[in-house]
Amino acid sequence: MGADLHPAAAQPAVASVRQVSKRFPGVLALERVSLELYAGETHILLGENGAGKSTLVSLLAGMQQPDEGEIWLRGQAARLTSPRRARDLGIGVVYQQLLLVPSLTVLENLMLGGPWWRPLRRAAALERLERLSGLLGTQLDPQARVGALSLGEQQHVEIIRALWREETLLLLDEPTSMLTPQGVADLRRMLDGLKARGTALVLITHKLPEAFAFGDRISVLRQGRLAGGIEPARLAAMSDEERTNTVLELMFGGEVGASGGERARVIAERERVAGHALHQTRKRAADARPLLSVKGVSTSGNRGEMTLKAVTLELGAGEVLGIAGVDGNGQKHLAEVIAGQRPARAGQIEVAGVDVTRGRVPQRRRAGVRYVTDERLGEGTVGPLSVATNLVLKEIGAAPLWRHGITDWGRVHAQAREQIATHDIRTPSERTPVARLSGGNIQKVLLARELDAAARVVVLNKPTYGLDLKNQQLALERIVSAAARGLALIVISTELEELLEVSDRIAVLYQGRLAGIVDNGAEAERRIGLLMTGAAAA
Amino acid sequence: MTREELTEPDAGSAVSSGAVHRPALRALLAAVLRVLAPIALALIVGGLALELLGKDPLAYYGFVLERGLLRFGGLEETVTRMAPLLLIASGLIVAFRAGLWNLGSDGQFLLAAVTAAALAPALSGALPRALVLLIALLAGALVGALWSLLPALLKARFGLNEIITTLMMSFLGVSLSNVLIKLVLRDPSTTVPQTQSLPVEERLPRLFHTTVHSGLLIALVAVIGVHFVMTRTAFGLRLQVLGANRDAAVHAGLEVGRLIVAAFTVSAALIGLGGAVEVLGVWGTVRADWNPAYGSLVVPLVFLARLNGYAVIALTLFFSALMTGGESAARRVGVPQHYVLVLVALVLLFLALIEYLDRRRPARAQTVMGSLA
Repeated sequence: MGADLHPAAAQPAVASVRQVSKRFPGVLALERVSLELYAGETHILLGENGAGKSTLVSLLAGMQQPDEGEIWLRGQAARLTSPRRARDLGIGVVYQQLLLVPSLTVLENLMLGGPWWRPLRRAAALERLERLSGLLGTQLDPQARVGALSLGEQQHVEIIRALWREETLLLLDEPTSMLTPQGVADLRRMLDGLKARGTALVLITHKLPEAFAFGDRISVLRQGRLAGGIEPARLAAMSDEERTNTVLELMFGGEVGASGGERARVIAERERVAGHALHQTRKRAADARPLLSVKGVSTSGNRGEMTLKAVTLELGAGEVLGIAGVDGNGQKHLAEVIAGQRPARAGQIEVAGVDVTRGRVPQRRRAGVRYVTDERLGEGTVGPLSVATNLVLKEIGAAPLWRHGITDWGRVHAQAREQIATHDIRTPSERTPVARLSGGNIQKVLLARELDAAARVVVLNKPTYGLDLKNQQLALERIVSAAARGLALIVISTELEELLEVSDRIAVLYQGRLAGIVDNGAEAERRIGLLMTGAAAA
Repeated sequence: MTREELTEPDAGSAVSSGAVHRPALRALLAAVLRVLAPIALALIVGGLALELLGKDPLAYYGFVLERGLLRFGGLEETVTRMAPLLLIASGLIVAFRAGLWNLGSDGQFLLAAVTAAALAPALSGALPRALVLLIALLAGALVGALWSLLPALLKARFGLNEIITTLMMSFLGVSLSNVLIKLVLRDPSTTVPQTQSLPVEERLPRLFHTTVHSGLLIALVAVIGVHFVMTRTAFGLRLQVLGANRDAAVHAGLEVGRLIVAAFTVSAALIGLGGAVEVLGVWGTVRADWNPAYGSLVVPLVFLARLNGYAVIALTLFFSALMTGGESAARRVGVPQHYVLVLVALVLLFLALIEYLDRRRPARAQTVMGSLA
């Protein structure tokens, strides 16, 4: 491998990666990878988690240096010794995780990174922000504290920051994972604009339809090597199905044994039919009494947070209720108010007919309420503590792992080993700090903790966010099997496709109100789309 | 507050396999090295400074070692010094593990000392000695805890920065102690303002015919007890969760406000106990304007020990020996007594430096993990 796949193009490459290798202790993250990045072209990088995509981005971003090989920029070998150097050379990056200062305002975050001696020029920055947000089609309050914005809005700030200095090469590591369909469309319009102006774009994604929609050229990495790619001319000529098959072949095809092929088939299946299957394969419970009922619940919150306004919904055993809506329309408050993490200002919450409105998290948990948060490292886990500890984080002090307040670490670890085995959590040991695990495995830790035997009502906030295809599928399957066990589940997601796949009904949150609830079926997608834009809210 | 110093039991569990054991041993070795290296570097640089001043560093260190540890009298003094330091350290471990900066130890310590110094002489004679001492110790702990209550409640209720509030309360506590001694508790029979003295035979009992008082045992029990609570109990784990990730504590349904108040009061009670022990074991009285300001010594020491109870014991012994020996050396070798503080400062400087270099390495390793994920 490693041969240059792209024959000499008419125009010279903006950047080229030449025979680059990068080793980490015990792993060869990249092995003689070569890529050409052209102006006005969107280059899609595909590959499973751990295939080396993020490493490649971090080399281009100047975060790390290659062990072998060179990176050329505009016809010259460039040494990207630091992120600052990379920016000076016109490389902007939008990382998968947010790198903003939560206590500063939007504008202040954007003004960071200038030379220390130059006074901050608010007016100019404000103007630039307005222009870029106009380009992006987003509206951001320049004075809002970033920490108070929703994840989606924070990502808008990230994208604007990466474009702040008219970068000629823009790297985007899964930029759409937090965006709504509308946001994705906006992003696409913006990227098209940038392309027209001659910016070279590199985009990492796990979503194949998006890759095809955005991409001019596709490269697939597998286990640190360039498995192959599709050139612009060929890509344009192929149908989506041919593209999917080619890409999956490149991603998994070479794997020995049936599992690789089988996995590829499952994923291809999912990509092709876009769901509707999983939720229909199980029987709905006949029990008519709702397991969870939320009656007229309102919340209060800080500036910039969308609060709930008189939300009412009911959920039966074995039912999956999807919550759709543009990010920042009250999803977080809904999850937190059900979990007991946030008090209800008005209204009532009942679990199996028992009023739990006044109970906080411990009481709700005893009633069987579970919450899989979307902030996996932010609040879901304690990074430096072990996997085992994180698995029992919400049960600290409870028998039988604690007796008279004394920890039985032997039992905690034994139970953790069991859960690690049953939930296929990939970790060196149960004592490994949870922050060392990959995103998919941290999510497995959360799912193992929340979907326990005593769970009755489970709220999942963006359960597939930031996961690769395989782990997305796994998470969705866990949701469906939990429903089959008789649990009542609320799945909050901005991925409509995903909600259509697992939900029985889908509710739409718009500006903190429940705009409507739609039965999953033929017309669902269109009706939800209408509700999401607020068209049918009145 | 550093993150990787959270303790969960690792080595020594019956289930740990050989494969797990070796990295655990290496980690232990690395941890010991991280503590010893700054000390060694400080001694070398401190020695060079002495050399420049025309003093013989080897003679100085030899003298410090001999007077601080090797001579019986010096050892007695060294070990006696450890008691209040250990109690303050145990209190600070509780607060720091919970991510709370209790920097008000001087005020808590001194007010507790004054309380014990006021109560014990007043009660002695009326009550049996053991009871008098017990009451004075508990009163000291209680006063220390009370003095931390305001910062604790402000932090729990309004999220007010406890660094500022505890420091302010510390100034107030130190001043209030002086006011109390000079205006209320002053022993009229002395010229220097001080509290009424507790007779030597009424103080904390000595251990085995030495000059070391039994406060040392209280201190050792406290440190080891705190270590146990932090690593082996639900309360300790809750405090660690709070300290490492407050959002996770809220998410997990921990009662954050109560935990903050609990951590603060336990912390300050232990520090107050230290003040009471020092008075009841060594001085028998508190003089006006007496403020050993142990806090500024113990705070860095606790971090040097990475909030580990056993490491705290070893380091306290080291620092106490340095202080005892340094005082003797001041008279004999002609190096000022405060030179010990220079050495302490150097240790901290190198600690910070090594911590920084050490942090850079895992930081890079972490981005490695991140980019592979």
